[in-house]
Amino acid sequence: MSDHEYTPKSKAGKWFNDRLPLLTLANHLTDYPTPKNLNYWWTFGGILTFCLITQIVTGLTLAMHYIAHADMAFESVEHIMRDVNYGWLIRYIHANGASMFFLAVYIHIFRSLFYGSYKSPREIIWIIGIIIYLLMMAAAFMGYVLPWGQMSFWGATVITNLFSAIPLVGEGIVTWLWGGYSVDNPTLTRFFTLHYLIPFLILGLVVLHIWALHVPGNNNPVGIDIKKPSKDTVPFHPYIVIKDGFALLMFMIVFAFFVFYTPNILGHADNYIEANPLVTPAHIVPEWYLLPFYAILRSVPDKLLGVVAMLSAILILAALPWLDTSKIRSAVFRPLYKQFYWILVADVLILGYVGAMPAEGLYLLVARVATAYYFLHFLVVLPILGYKEKTLPVPLSITDPVLGGSPNLATVKNKESLNN
Amino acid sequence: MSEKKTNRRDFLFTATYAVGAVGVGATVWPMVDQMNPDASVKALASTEVDVSSVNPGKTITVLWRGKPVFIRRRTQEEITEARSVKLEDLKDPQKDEDRAKNPEWLVMLGVCTHLGCVPLDQKGDFNGWFCPCHGSHYDTSGRIRKGPAPTNMEIPKYEFVNANTIKIG
Amino acid sequence: MKNFLKIFSVFIISIGLSFNVNAAEKAEYLKTDWSFKGLFGKFDRGALQRGYQVYTEVCSSCHSMKYLSYRNLSEKGGPEFSEDQAKAIAASFEVKDGPNSDGEMFTRPGKLSDKFVMPYENVKAAQAANGGAYPPDMSVLVKARGGGVDYIYSLLQGYEDPPLGETLDDGVYYNKYMYGNKIRMANPLSDGLIEYVDGTEASIEQMSKDVTTFLMWTAEPHLEARHQMGFKAIIYLIILTALVYFSMKRVWSRVETKV
Repeated sequence: MSDHEYTPKSKAGKWFNDRLPLLTLANHLTDYPTPKNLNYWWTFGGILTFCLITQIVTGLTLAMHYIAHADMAFESVEHIMRDVNYGWLIRYIHANGASMFFLAVYIHIFRSLFYGSYKSPREIIWIIGIIIYLLMMAAAFMGYVLPWGQMSFWGATVITNLFSAIPLVGEGIVTWLWGGYSVDNPTLTRFFTLHYLIPFLILGLVVLHIWALHVPGNNNPVGIDIKKPSKDTVPFHPYIVIKDGFALLMFMIVFAFFVFYTPNILGHADNYIEANPLVTPAHIVPEWYLLPFYAILRSVPDKLLGVVAMLSAILILAALPWLDTSKIRSAVFRPLYKQFYWILVADVLILGYVGAMPAEGLYLLVARVATAYYFLHFLVVLPILGYKEKTLPVPLSITDPVLGGSPNLATVKNKESLNN
Repeated sequence: MSEKKTNRRDFLFTATYAVGAVGVGATVWPMVDQMNPDASVKALASTEVDVSSVNPGKTITVLWRGKPVFIRRRTQEEITEARSVKLEDLKDPQKDEDRAKNPEWLVMLGVCTHLGCVPLDQKGDFNGWFCPCHGSHYDTSGRIRKGPAPTNMEIPKYEFVNANTIKIG
Repeated sequence: MKNFLKIFSVFIISIGLSFNVNAAEKAEYLKTDWSFKGLFGKFDRGALQRGYQVYTEVCSSCHSMKYLSYRNLSEKGGPEFSEDQAKAIAASFEVKDGPNSDGEMFTRPGKLSDKFVMPYENVKAAQAANGGAYPPDMSVLVKARGGGVDYIYSLLQGYEDPPLGETLDDGVYYNKYMYGNKIRMANPLSDGLIEYVDGTEASIEQMSKDVTTFLMWTAEPHLEARHQMGFKAIIYLIILTALVYFSMKRVWSRVETKV
């Protein structure tokens, strides 16, 4: 890397940097060449980092007052809400922060789907992202159990029971997860520990995610390879820092609205009822961000196959770089793919909607169709589209108003040499 | 770049940083304040003690803010002894009248001012308390007379809400 | 920008749809003005004090309020009884304490720092005394019901005779707004049931509104502080966003027009 040329300005800085090159790292990050045509869909990476830090800080401060014991958990949350200085604020930020985190991650993922950010050479960034997403879901699921309300308890019961679908060892695994014969105190205490741990695993993976990104550099809206640095790029600081800052502030306004004015609207009323193992709520529903997967799970009548379908729905994303056979990255130049993309978005929203409904009648039918279509999109549509689609010509560079050619610089150079 | 343009640009950036800093401060404060005593702890900041069964020559110990408080109903002998001590003889000069407004009642934090152990009642060379940890001796007014403790045992804020009840804190 | 608007409207529509979820299953709730709703919503102190009176004289014999402390009654943002009034209220209840130096539990008059005394020792005792049905604790009841304050307000006024042909078991009553229409609580309110300290006429509607307002406060004692802070926070964010926006434009003006 060319960063070795950086020398800190002060003597103390140079002394430190020679022993631990943090200043070189900081310089790399601030000078990092970023495509100058990035639109606002690219600001969600920064927003997600903010969300992670917010959850960690509010989580840490909540953990100073929360008691992870079945007899005291619910009461300790009420203690936080009523007696702890600003406890109500920290709790509402943490609970709504989880929703904001998922809102941001879905926008971030769908950005990648539209602009082909998962394609070569960014497959590992994408896969690390899937792992982060899975850990987020695990952390959110376990976090929701901690207040020990009715939904906490019964959601935990339903989801942990899924593991019994595994042949032979299923029942044993469930008992092992529970630490008992049903969801109870041992389950709660270990969920607290793991919920505390996972964000730091995510933090580590985010570092790897950004590191892997910095090798090829960012994708961009036209999906072409660019040289960095060049007239197509700007240094990350101040250009991207301030743009991310602006987007983050807009995001925070939405966040603030939820926290201060409608803090419970994304939650479920039943979770303000203390957990009761003898009474099951009429409708057990996970938080909104897990609804599409819940819909897929329930659309398959067989327990094991339902679990397999739900997991496959996430894992299939990992195979995406290889399922999508198109040489063109950005949907801007893929008119047919663009249509299918929006259909997928609608499909996922429909799955989310029916996930909140009872799994019967028309809702169940729609869930099944939407589930089938989801897999169809990835397993059938994408591979075929790559070969069959007639794509639009892609520009040669971001700043040069010259069209024609491939997103790949080498191919373009070849073409140019052929023409000459 | 003309002077004027630079100033305007600088002003915008300076204003942005300043306003941003206010927000950062406002955000950090709740995170810090949540560690301060919460409302339920502050509600227990004072406690009322029924002393109707405490006879002269008897000491009771109550818990207040997590610490022991000695409430001793002193005998006339102890009061006289406490009041006749010369201030020059004291490491931490303090008149008994200032420590026990009602001379019959001594109310003080039962925490040795050396390193925090709980001194033993009716022990030591001065008819008061003796701390076994490092050998501090306190007199009938709870004042340090011998040993490493630097100051007298602390007198908390208290008052008699009626003849039988002391409110501490 | 067009894409963003497209996505945003889809998002908003899906959120909107998801709220109509359970509407079809129940009767429309009775509507009234709630002083605490809206961006600048505040509690009506008189309503809170009257509501407390309703709770104490009508509901507290069966329904606990275990997460509240007597000192909450004099704290800012609530009924704001004076500290002396709150002390007197606390002292009117017998609180279990101990063990004493003999190792026994004893009772003493309540203090500000005590939690509200429960009518029953525990949930099982409450069920046993109420034909197997547990009168729910009311501390967060308003948040524990999907319909919120409108639901509680309606339910208290929703007792009527069951429709023709429908017979109910002993101890079961018909309520227009209860989920499933069957409720184990007999109609708790009647006109003139209590005499309000401030002289307000105690109609069923008045008591329903007052006690529901009170229950909103017990569930969200920091509601007013939350609204006030929210207003300041969002104004602040809007100002900072504008400043950052213009800074951004200034910074990016150094780069030729983006593609």
